[in-house]
Amino acid sequence: MHIRPIASALWHHKGGTALIVLQIALTLAIVCNALCIIHTRVARLSRPSGVDEASVLAIQNQWLGDPAPQPAKALMASDLETLRQVPGVVDAYASNAFPLGDGGWSKGVRYTVDQPSPASFTAIYFADEHTLATLGLKLVAGRNFRADEIGDMGARDTLLPRVIIITKALANRLFPDGHALGKQICIGSAPSSTIIGVVERMQTWIGSYSEAWVEQSTLVPFRLLASGTVYLVRAQPGLLERVVRMGPQALVAANPLRVIGSEDVRTYEQIRATTYRKDRGMAILMGGICAVLLATTAAGIVGLTSFWVSQRRRQIGVRRALGATQGDILGYFCTENLLISVGGVCVGAMLTMALNALLVDRFEMQRLSLAYVVVGMVALLLLGQSAVLVPAWRASRLSPVEATRAT
Amino acid sequence: MFSYYLQLALHSFRRSPGLTALMVIIMGIGVAASMTTYAVFRAVSGDPLPDKSAQLFVPQIDNAGPQNGSTRNHLPDALTYTDAMALMQAKAGTRQTAVYPITGHIEPSDGLQQRPFSANGYAAYADFFAMFDVPFQYGHGWSSGDDDRHTNVIAISSRLNQRLFAGINSVGRILHLDGHDYRVVGVIHDWNPQPRFFDVNNGFSFGGAPDYYLPFTRAIDLHISSNGNNNCSGSAKPVTPGWDGWLRSECVWVSLWVELPHVTAVQRYQRLLSDYAAEQQRHGRFQWASNVRLFDLNGWLDHEGVVPPETKVSVLVAGGFLLVCLVNTVGLLLAKIMRRAGEVGVRRALGASRGHIYAQFLVEAAAIGVAGGLLGLLLTAVGMHGTALLFEPGVARLARLTAGLVGLTVWVAVSATVLAGLYPAWRAARVQPSWQLKSQ
Repeated sequence: MHIRPIASALWHHKGGTALIVLQIALTLAIVCNALCIIHTRVARLSRPSGVDEASVLAIQNQWLGDPAPQPAKALMASDLETLRQVPGVVDAYASNAFPLGDGGWSKGVRYTVDQPSPASFTAIYFADEHTLATLGLKLVAGRNFRADEIGDMGARDTLLPRVIIITKALANRLFPDGHALGKQICIGSAPSSTIIGVVERMQTWIGSYSEAWVEQSTLVPFRLLASGTVYLVRAQPGLLERVVRMGPQALVAANPLRVIGSEDVRTYEQIRATTYRKDRGMAILMGGICAVLLATTAAGIVGLTSFWVSQRRRQIGVRRALGATQGDILGYFCTENLLISVGGVCVGAMLTMALNALLVDRFEMQRLSLAYVVVGMVALLLLGQSAVLVPAWRASRLSPVEATRAT
Repeated sequence: MFSYYLQLALHSFRRSPGLTALMVIIMGIGVAASMTTYAVFRAVSGDPLPDKSAQLFVPQIDNAGPQNGSTRNHLPDALTYTDAMALMQAKAGTRQTAVYPITGHIEPSDGLQQRPFSANGYAAYADFFAMFDVPFQYGHGWSSGDDDRHTNVIAISSRLNQRLFAGINSVGRILHLDGHDYRVVGVIHDWNPQPRFFDVNNGFSFGGAPDYYLPFTRAIDLHISSNGNNNCSGSAKPVTPGWDGWLRSECVWVSLWVELPHVTAVQRYQRLLSDYAAEQQRHGRFQWASNVRLFDLNGWLDHEGVVPPETKVSVLVAGGFLLVCLVNTVGLLLAKIMRRAGEVGVRRALGASRGHIYAQFLVEAAAIGVAGGLLGLLLTAVGMHGTALLFEPGVARLARLTAGLVGLTVWVAVSATVLAGLYPAWRAARVQPSWQLKSQ
């Protein structure tokens, strides 16, 4: 196949050629960046939380009358007793927050009290000896809290834990040599706490600034005695829906002086959906735009090539009459498209990088890996070839008689 | 002449219905995608208080210091109770209010058989209502005297008024909140500025209207904690336990708003702020040079990054998508029009000027634009329902198909296709009649 006659024919149609080149280039730029966004978002929303999500629910509870610490402790104990007696409940505990929730406590972590700025940050979860079993957290080193280690803490008291359980991510961050167990660290402004256990994974609550330390969590052995508390409840397999209904009912029946609103009882499935709503939506939107964009570009190529074929019926007829085979004609249009597409993807690769630079600079997006661009380029070349096939095939079926026919 | 061109256009559509439909669909989708994302963007990036925003300011004071990561562009985004009270007492603005978000549970009075429910509100000063132009359905805000006397008064939303008092004028009635009795002084008429500028630093930018407001001084007496962020990273030593320890701590959780009517007042306030921080440094509380800032309302929204990045990125991508649709339409129109080069040759030979050819094809492009716009409108309406998928409910609710947006959608579609038609029309107008006639 000779490139020169094709190139000179294209030069003849520079308007149309430029349009397809531009369209392919823009499509590549948008699709590559959209794929990058999809990848980032999907990676984010498929992070495991460490919680056995299929069987855990959270109940946000608010007692009326702002009870003082001692009454609050009694209320909490009787609530947990009530919950554990609900048919289908395996275990339960009370806390201030939970993984994937929309807010909670965080503290700086220091090796020593007088270290000026923290070595890392961590989410703080109030916990007791039931926490690991309720959430299904996997202990990879050390031990669980004992019942006699669980202390009481008022909302305005200073957090002073003697023993803590931390996540593997936090352990690795603080002690890269892998020996976190038994070491002492300082949480917030407290003097040192001993690490007695390491859990494999427990995500932080999700806030605007927790992204940087999303798996660094600390469990502290305290009951937080405030007017509001959240109960984490584990249900037997298959009985989650039942516990979602029965749990809050049992609490209200046992003590009506409380507020549990309609949005205060959520399964982990709902929590996850709410937390990652934006990420999922963004991935779907970008996916939709990519699909429609590729279809649009393919349609554009089909449209313009059909036009060129119809314009050149006579020339095609002449070529066929002079001995060109059907394959020659087919090859001609495919090569022509390949030339245009290569031009398009080359311009597109530059546009892609420029758009990515803008997104990285302005919207804190991740830098695009070259693999995306290469895959995108190949995909668009293939798309171009498959789009051109139909009109090219039609052109190849033109009979040599066309040469003698007036247009 | 116009109707004749329109007839020609319709005739041409009938001759190649597939290509025409393709163009209409592509324009429709492109316009709908960009209009839907634009509607959301416009909803979240608007000025919530256009008449007053230039006179409302948020002061910031660095109480954390450079060792805790404070820079000129990154200061704690709330104040300590101590600093907020010092600035309130300075009374350096025409009006000022400290404010923080609170939550509580309301126990409906006996008559209505309702369970207690939780409600969200704000603790603020009397000036809040006048500063932010809060409209009242019944009654009015409380007075500065109530602030000073720490009175048990409350201003409630019309929604809460509906729920508790069946919507009647409830001024003077008693409301039970968190175990205390408050006297209703005013019912606020549907007031819910979006974004909720006075609370963006706690992430409550978008959502339903707050249920109630009560005096800041009273809320502090009753030890009502903030429902928003409480950041104690600025405190070098442990916070003293208990409520008073927290009030005296370096934890930041109070927002302050000041009304400053003109430039000199702003400059005076800036001076006051830096003098205050310098004084704190002299007293040994801050170990760093005075680092303060004063943002106006829109500057503050911008600084706090209220518009979700998703919104901007989706507008950008949808805009790029529309551009591709446009390029595509240029190509398809070119194909469609150049296929009729012979017809153009005949029309030119019969005396049509280049201007006539231009007009003919631009009318044809505009007709496609109108059709694309109508389809786009339909798809935009569908897309509005889809916004709930992409954005948090509070943001999604804001995106509405207003008359302005309807007009804009059709306008964008028509002008985009006419723009797309320019090049093909120019090519058509350049057709040489003699050459075309000869080649027939």
